[in-house]
Amino acid sequence: MTKGKKFITPYLYLLPTIILMCILLIVPIVMVIGYSFYDNVIINKNPVFVGLENYSKVLSDPVFFVAIKNTLFFVLISIVAHFLIGMLFAMLLNTRYLGVMTKGIFRVIYALPWMFTASVIAIVWRMMLNPNGVLNYLMTNMGLISEKVEWLASRDVALASVTLINIWSGYPFYMISILAGLQGISTDLYEASALDGANAVQTFFRITIPQLKPILISLLMLDFVWTLQQFALIWMTTGGGPVNATETISTYIYKQGFSKYQYSMASAGAVILLIVCTIIGIFYVRQQKAGD
Amino acid sequence: MIGKKKLWVQIIIIILLVIGTIWAGFPILWMILNSFKPNSEIFAWPPTWISENFSLDAYKAIFTNPEQVRFFINSYAISAIVVTVTLIIGILAAYAFSRFNFPGKGIINTIIVAVQAVPPITLLIPYMSLIVSLKLFNTYGALILTYMVFTLPYAILMLTGYFNTLPKDLDEAVMIDGGSRFKALWSVLVPPSVPGLVSVGMYTFMQAWNEYLFALALTKTNDMRTVPVGINLLMGQHAYEWNQMMAMSVLGSLPILFLFLFFQKYFIAGMTAGSVKN
Repeated sequence: MTKGKKFITPYLYLLPTIILMCILLIVPIVMVIGYSFYDNVIINKNPVFVGLENYSKVLSDPVFFVAIKNTLFFVLISIVAHFLIGMLFAMLLNTRYLGVMTKGIFRVIYALPWMFTASVIAIVWRMMLNPNGVLNYLMTNMGLISEKVEWLASRDVALASVTLINIWSGYPFYMISILAGLQGISTDLYEASALDGANAVQTFFRITIPQLKPILISLLMLDFVWTLQQFALIWMTTGGGPVNATETISTYIYKQGFSKYQYSMASAGAVILLIVCTIIGIFYVRQQKAGD
Repeated sequence: MIGKKKLWVQIIIIILLVIGTIWAGFPILWMILNSFKPNSEIFAWPPTWISENFSLDAYKAIFTNPEQVRFFINSYAISAIVVTVTLIIGILAAYAFSRFNFPGKGIINTIIVAVQAVPPITLLIPYMSLIVSLKLFNTYGALILTYMVFTLPYAILMLTGYFNTLPKDLDEAVMIDGGSRFKALWSVLVPPSVPGLVSVGMYTFMQAWNEYLFALALTKTNDMRTVPVGINLLMGQHAYEWNQMMAMSVLGSLPILFLFLFFQKYFIAGMTAGSVKN
């Protein structure tokens, strides 16, 4: 085997990957950044260079401002709730008070929401949250509400409703990952902690949390990026309405591009989203490499 | 005293288990129950739990409508192709990462890890002109290739991890016997990696089966639509046939539920690989 051939071998194995990633990842990213500096791209054959005009238009659009506010609410509440529910369920499934069978059954039940695609989740929750739906019935019967609530059609509660749906659909990822992490913690650590006379709360903060830290950081970063990009669930439940009440950055970009055909504006919004995600992505890559 | 404390803990655990079950399971139960009701009973007040008019009509309506059957054929075909091609290309790439050191390895690896942070909607805008100029708009090809941008990196990372656990002596022995590298990869490295391939395959299937945004924007005619887009189309077209939408939701969720219930270990391994390091 010649030296040249040996040099080229790994690249041959990587060739399909490199071609795919160049054409459908690198080139599109360069294109979308380019689009964001021109007017009327895609529709107009000869777009004009406008510099940062699209950015200043997007950033001064009051709807975009509302979208950022809604997105922050949606993302922060979602990831905190995902974390708390995932942690609670993982701890519950890890207690020594339950048998192996019981744990297995409940693990399946609690993981179920993760198995459904966004359009199924959206449609099922639209049915349940309908003013004549089962949730209003149950809450009326329990005396929690006095009149039917328009969960997805009222400006006051739509964002909270959509966030609730997202919480339901996302926590199992934390639960399963944290459970895997909990099972990896050595029992010696817990025994040592018990010998030191630590109570359950102290053990949780001194042993469990520090041991889970790398997993938790990865989870929070991945979830932040994913929730920030959440489009399907919002699009199919409220479509960003009523009157922008659930407009997020993703639905804003989609509407600019695919409803209003303002691809230049959409590109500027998409690049802003990409920058935010890249910053988190850099931390995620560092975190993953530190683990290797 | 200790016995008393234990009892309290057990009561709290049971209460939490019940609340958790209602929280996680009720929407799914409600979906299933409503798929067997006539449409007029969906918003009955008070709600009917198990309908006296229990029927499979909603399922019959889905199975006898060629347009809706087509959504399923499309989803199965696209997901199967994405899984197959992702695994083949992923195995080749993982071999390069696992067995070679070469200039550019670090950069390619960083790009592959970072893909998980790239928003699909950012790529979708340039795809609208790129996919059209590649003459792939409204074809399986458009969805297969764009899905692979997200499935392939995950496959490569997981498979590289698997190959790294296999000693280099194994494939070198084949090459000393006069076998090619290519043969060493397929005959020595791939067979012991089957559990990893199953995990990756399932995760890939789930990503492809559940994808919505690209399927919505890169296809146009109903004969090219996938199940997630199809379920949502049902909403506008048929003036809210809720029972049919529920039946289609149940049918559309079965493949993933099946994989999860019967291959739980592999499924969970695929799902947690991004955050849990062994």
